[in-house]
Amino acid sequence: MSELLPLAIVVPLAGAALSLLAIRSRRAQRAINVIGAVTTTVISIVVLIGVDRDGTAVASMGGWPSRIAINLVADRFSALMLTVSSTMLLAVLLYALGQRADDERSRWYHPAYLALIAGVSGAFLAGDLFNLFVWFEVLLIASYVLLTLEGNDGQIRSGTTYVVLNVIESFVLVTGVALIFAATGTLNMAELPERLAALPDGVRMGLNLLLLIAFGLKAAVFPLFSWLPDSYPAAPSPVSAVFAGLLTKIGVYAIVRTQTLLFPDSNRTLLLVVAGLTMVIGVLGAIAQSDMKRILSFHIISQIGYMIMGVALGGVAAITATIFYMLHHIPVKTSLFLVEGIVERETGSSTLNKVSGLARRSGPLAALFLIPAFSLAGLPPFSGFLGKLAVVTEGVDQASWWIVAAALAVSLMTLVSMLKIWTGAFWGEPKPAAPEGQRPGILHRHPMMSAVTTAVVALTLAIALFGGPLYRFCERAAIDATNTTTYSTAVIP
Amino acid sequence: MSIEQAFLIAVLAGTGTYLVMHRTLTRIILGLGLLGNAVNLLILTSGDEPGQAPIVGREGEFTDPVPQALVLTAIVIGFGVISFLLAMAYRAWTIDGNDEVEDDIADRRLAEDTGTVAEHGEPT
Repeated sequence: MSELLPLAIVVPLAGAALSLLAIRSRRAQRAINVIGAVTTTVISIVVLIGVDRDGTAVASMGGWPSRIAINLVADRFSALMLTVSSTMLLAVLLYALGQRADDERSRWYHPAYLALIAGVSGAFLAGDLFNLFVWFEVLLIASYVLLTLEGNDGQIRSGTTYVVLNVIESFVLVTGVALIFAATGTLNMAELPERLAALPDGVRMGLNLLLLIAFGLKAAVFPLFSWLPDSYPAAPSPVSAVFAGLLTKIGVYAIVRTQTLLFPDSNRTLLLVVAGLTMVIGVLGAIAQSDMKRILSFHIISQIGYMIMGVALGGVAAITATIFYMLHHIPVKTSLFLVEGIVERETGSSTLNKVSGLARRSGPLAALFLIPAFSLAGLPPFSGFLGKLAVVTEGVDQASWWIVAAALAVSLMTLVSMLKIWTGAFWGEPKPAAPEGQRPGILHRHPMMSAVTTAVVALTLAIALFGGPLYRFCERAAIDATNTTTYSTAVIP
Repeated sequence: MSIEQAFLIAVLAGTGTYLVMHRTLTRIILGLGLLGNAVNLLILTSGDEPGQAPIVGREGEFTDPVPQALVLTAIVIGFGVISFLLAMAYRAWTIDGNDEVEDDIADRRLAEDTGTVAEHGEPT
């Protein structure tokens, strides 16, 4: 089992290198990328099943004792996140191949995409803080390349903000890592809980804040979100789909990891306030926009608020809710961007006053949009309802009434802004009018893109359908994540 | 940590922050370079007293080698990112002849439209 863990990183990295060698052959690049993504997904599923059966898997690089080695650690939480993200990366890759646009515009798409997969796997598996930082950098640098793939005016403009802010975030993270090393003499996440607990409260709080600021910017929480709605819409649709679905959630993952493992009994009132403001301001931003991509980008921010709310409430039940929310949110958000990609491909625009009447032109496309949209707003019986129910129930149990009120109000406003897309793009007379003599529907003309989008939407429905077993799995994952001794004894027996 | 190290880190971080506040991308990149060096030196100071070599002969006092390994990685990453930013600055310059970081277009449009925003029934 544990020998598989390095492969989840090595396979895509080797693929990226091969893809660079095959830079002259687009067909070879495509084959390498698909093989790399499929292999990573298969590895992650095997790891997930194995970890659920046998408990936390640890791989110490170079055969060093795990106290000083570079460790890769997969507990249920990280294995689950690894599986969901690698599945989404594979789906979006197939979608991008169906679109046949990105890799025709740039030969660097495939190597950068494989490096992104490696970075994501590494970030989920990293067993010490410094390697968490290193894998964050790997996926960030790959994302810089993907975001500015065409190098046109808009991408360079929004890419600049994105890169500069993320570089500053990296400096904050490294500062935090350096100070934690200075204070405790280790960066191994299995040793840190014990050593951090011995520190004075003030020092521990300072270290915690540094990490929170760094990961908070990555996760786009209030007030560190301003880069997100600016940069994501500039990227090509498949790229923004994978960014929207995954990248911010890796920030949330890092926040959950550090809060539950390293700072289990810190005061989280501030985090709860931040969660509330993130929800409210994100959704207000979404209502004010008039472009599909920008509305959806603002929704990412407000949804992050729900996940942070679970972390801030603390305890096994709340962390369970957060993990389930992440599990549901990644495919839902990805599928919304995939639908947006089809709309943009078909009409050439994602601005709401240039596009309308899509429901009349293609009923199935409208359904593909409506299911994840309702799910995001939290309507039953979709997966979002289960996620929101879990988070809000936990808020009620802990009697944090104002955050419960905020969560419910934001849910309603999410629906309002989704209806804005619906009435803008899908309702009314078709505009631009369908080209003459095109009998087959929109979905038939883009078979690959539609098939992938349908599969992802079906996945979100499956999450709702198998909500019970999945929720119990998330509960086991949360018990793993919140119990520091389980983690420590698994890594250092 | 010696007082000279602390002073050097403070100066680098201060000047770096000042430069990052500018709107020209070239200055931001120079500022990021300085900030990066400040952070790298900070990592180095977490390895106890300066001046000793890490693990030579394994006798007596020696400096912790881990921060030196960390700082090496951080330098390489910083180098890569700065090179990417320089390429981006060059690209920005070839596109429109300057390297000023512009406002978000949609933000600016929204700000200009605030008179008309109310007509659409915005809740804000």
